[in-house]
Amino acid sequence: MEKRSVDSRVRGVSTGTTILAATFDGGVVIGSDSRASIGGEYVSSKTINKVVQVHDQIFCCMAGSLADAQAVTKAAKFHLSFHSVQMETPPLVIAAASVLQELCYNNKEELQAGFITAGWDRKKGPQVYVVPLGGMLVGQPVTIGGSGSTYIYGYVDAKYKPNMSREECLQFATNALALAMGRDNVSGGVAHLVVITETGVEHVVVPGNKLPKFHNE
Amino acid sequence: MLQETGTEWLSQEVKTGTTIIAVEFDGGVVLGSDSRVSAGASVVNRVMNKLSPLHDKIYCALSGSAADAQTIAEVVHYQLDVHSIEIDEDPQVRSAATLVRNISYKYKEELSAHLIVAGWDRRDGGQVFATLSGLLTRQPFAVGGSGSSYVYGFVDAEFRRGMSKEECQQFVVNTLSLAINRDGSSGGVAYIVSIDEHGTEEKVVLGNDLPTFFDQ
Repeated sequence: MEKRSVDSRVRGVSTGTTILAATFDGGVVIGSDSRASIGGEYVSSKTINKVVQVHDQIFCCMAGSLADAQAVTKAAKFHLSFHSVQMETPPLVIAAASVLQELCYNNKEELQAGFITAGWDRKKGPQVYVVPLGGMLVGQPVTIGGSGSTYIYGYVDAKYKPNMSREECLQFATNALALAMGRDNVSGGVAHLVVITETGVEHVVVPGNKLPKFHNE
Repeated sequence: MLQETGTEWLSQEVKTGTTIIAVEFDGGVVLGSDSRVSAGASVVNRVMNKLSPLHDKIYCALSGSAADAQTIAEVVHYQLDVHSIEIDEDPQVRSAATLVRNISYKYKEELSAHLIVAGWDRRDGGQVFATLSGLLTRQPFAVGGSGSSYVYGFVDAEFRRGMSKEECQQFVVNTLSLAINRDGSSGGVAYIVSIDEHGTEEKVVLGNDLPTFFDQ
């Protein structure tokens, strides 16, 4: 995540973060690191939470420009709560993702933010959607984003299995975040994880010293 | 469409946008690489062996500019030959790596190639050296090339010291397969070279025999 500085040295378009979401048997895990940096040189926040609640059982993770992401999620939260009042039922996860998609697609020239949306609804159960920069919408069982995600494509491809148990999925997500934070200098801090199931929502925070360590540490 | 985009590849630099890996196990090393050579968006060679012998039990893995990497390997092959005649025994892996490093450092502005040097010698057993940008460092394993970014997480998680030769070969094949799946500049077949005190073994794993993962 980067605050826009005057010279706007935004590195590529996915900057300074690692985010992921994965479905398991009965729910989803969505998580991120907690570092905000300016140009990759100064850590402006060590404990920022990039996992945002947009409705009771729907969460979003943002990557890219911090300002854009916050503005878009604020608008999305409003749209969704209005939508759920009109429909007299909690919104579908795909509705939340579509709201984000519309905002990202219609403002694609100005915005630099990508989102992962994950949640649980009565119709389709646990789902994960990703809305990358141009504003497309894709549903996937597992997805990763942000600059740190480059380093864990291989790990996620190898280790993700559909229909894992809750504990396996939580361990998988924690490991993936830890590995990305270990290699990407603009990802770091603590791992914020949220587990969403039919029964509710649980926040898990893994502080830096409790993250799994791998052979080179 | 063929006519419009036909000849761009003639003028674009030939790169081995690639994935290379070398891993040390108890008693030797295993090197692995993909086989794709690209010039811009065209694949100009889909079966190139990027594992180049520097001596009987010392190999190097090539990445970056194809011409630069091949030339460095050939020059060092010659220099090692001369050296091993002078000392009247098989050269050390560290010597080979030092020769590569000397060229990479001296010509670092002109060259853009990264070679990983790995082999077995009597004195220190299996060793892997990275020579990126002219440094020289011994590591338990090294990955390089454009595809390596995608598998840092996987190798960090899965590498263990003291693996057997077969476990090492499987680890290398899995890593190459994952990188090939994600990196557009890596592909083709996987070449594997295993070196230990008994000898050197070269193997090819064809594309359809590479391991697959959950989304394939």
